[in-house]
Amino acid sequence: MPDAVGDHVFGTASGTASGTASGDGFDALPPGCSADVADAPMTSPVPNAGGGPVGRTTGDAAVVVDDLVMTYGDVLAVDRLSFEVAPGTVTAILGPNGAGKTTTVETCEGYRAPQAGRVRVLGLDPRRDRRRLGARVGVMLQDGGAWTGARAGEMLRHMAALHAHPLSVDGLIERLGLGSCGRTTYRRLSGGQQRRLSLAMALVGRPELVFLDEPTAGLDPQARHVTWELIGELRTAGVTVVLTTHYMDEAERLADQVHVIDRGRLAASGSPAGLAARGAENTIRFRARPALDLTALTAALPEGSAVVEPTPGSYVVTGKVVPETLATLTAWCAGQGLLPESLHVERRSLEDVFLELTGRELRP
Amino acid sequence: MTRTLSYAPAPGAAPLHRMVRSQALMETRLLLRNGEQLVLAVAIPLLVLVGGVQAASVVALGDARPVDVLTPGVMALAVLSTSFTSVAIATGFERRYGVLKRLGASPLPRTALLAGKVAAVLLVETLQLSLVAAVGLGLGWQPHGGLTAALGAVLLVVLGTAAFCALGLLMAGILRAEATLAAANLVYLLLLAGGGVVVPIDRYPDSAAAHLGLLPSGALAEGLRDVLSGAGLATGPVLVLLVWAVAAAALTARTFRWE
Repeated sequence: MPDAVGDHVFGTASGTASGTASGDGFDALPPGCSADVADAPMTSPVPNAGGGPVGRTTGDAAVVVDDLVMTYGDVLAVDRLSFEVAPGTVTAILGPNGAGKTTTVETCEGYRAPQAGRVRVLGLDPRRDRRRLGARVGVMLQDGGAWTGARAGEMLRHMAALHAHPLSVDGLIERLGLGSCGRTTYRRLSGGQQRRLSLAMALVGRPELVFLDEPTAGLDPQARHVTWELIGELRTAGVTVVLTTHYMDEAERLADQVHVIDRGRLAASGSPAGLAARGAENTIRFRARPALDLTALTAALPEGSAVVEPTPGSYVVTGKVVPETLATLTAWCAGQGLLPESLHVERRSLEDVFLELTGRELRP
Repeated sequence: MTRTLSYAPAPGAAPLHRMVRSQALMETRLLLRNGEQLVLAVAIPLLVLVGGVQAASVVALGDARPVDVLTPGVMALAVLSTSFTSVAIATGFERRYGVLKRLGASPLPRTALLAGKVAAVLLVETLQLSLVAAVGLGLGWQPHGGLTAALGAVLLVVLGTAAFCALGLLMAGILRAEATLAAANLVYLLLLAGGGVVVPIDRYPDSAAAHLGLLPSGALAEGLRDVLSGAGLATGPVLVLLVWAVAAAALTARTFRWE
């Protein structure tokens, strides 16, 4: 069996084009040829207000989800979702429970057929080319996936035996801190150990693309950090990673690109920093003597800034807070012979953006 | 963190034979490790054999020596336990716990998965039948017919395994895992008691006897009793098992859900 790295041929634009698919086709470079991924300008975060596809169809994407629609009975689980994953990057699909994350990922894994729209993975159809993708794509399911009576080491060794050039099973077990439970059966592993074994099963075949469905759910902080490090190492090694999570800090820390999904629709896309800065109303708070000349201060600050004194001696600068804002503020204070106290710059986190996009109420 | 692994992609499927071998050995270990299944696969058959021989005066088995009648029937029971009950239950839970789903995203083709499963069943059956034969011989069993009879018995066991595996997969494909667990055990007990397995079919009432030979259990046991007593390989049981195997496989192929 030939080594599958880069041996596939693109150019199946005819595929299963849906009525709404853009006509760009997929006739471009094989993965690994996109040297400019890192330099590519970050897609400006565009809320998908119109519901139409926002992803441009670039041919070299590792994963293309184009106008995907999935329903369960009357429930619309995925609603005209479009996005792309650039090779060698880490993409986080972020969303509340029931947002459609797992349905989307499982469609990419070939478990479900798109009801409308189309999905391409490494240029192939995840259902029709399932066998070929099985060798190239690593899968970590949200739960299960192992015989309850199988020992951890034995399960991993079996998965390794299905691949041509597997990783060292012992090395992987050690890396994931599963050394003490190599002979423990799956049903007796803790939840966190089961997650780590499942991750190891996704990696052991040395895939070029991995889908990790909630890789850190239920992990203790140590195991979570090991998993994060490992995902960083995968990225360094050139493996494309697509993960789902509802942890904002995880997406912020790991991902090159974040797609926020809510109720089956793309709510926003962008880099974590780009998303957090989106329409960024950041804030500077400080204390000084009461009744400063706010008109003069506002005039000194960059355009668009506003200053208020909600309580005497306590000031809030709002607007687009950039490094210059802070420099101007402190310079102005120095000019007045003032020492601002308790000066805070408050930056919005991805979590704030997430809650803003998806609402604060609990989901059923 | 004393070792550095290189995650540089090097994807590829293993050669088919390596995948099938790994799958077969994995499933064999799991079957042998499962305590409840070992009771059905080994303990009950041996209990029936030893107990039946001891109680032969009570149970009317016919004119032949009890151990010669019982040993082939218990062999059929051993085949039934592994190829039907174990396969049905194991497959039901493989789907329940996402094993089939996970393997579906691996390089392992479904045909290789099935081949591994059947190979595991045949391996376990070899162990079971060796054990039953050894205990039978210890109790004075005298098989007749030499090598030809042995080959005939192997053919019957293979056909019976095919029929029972297909039926087991059919059940696991239709019912939930818990229902499969209950139903597969129930079928085992019902066939043990009234399926023409241990007690020769001609000892049943005439009305029942006419139908028992058409059951896969009755056909396998009766065929084994005939061929191992030196009466030769009868075509009837062979045909019955063949029809069951083909029909059940066709139905399974249409109804089985992998995920």
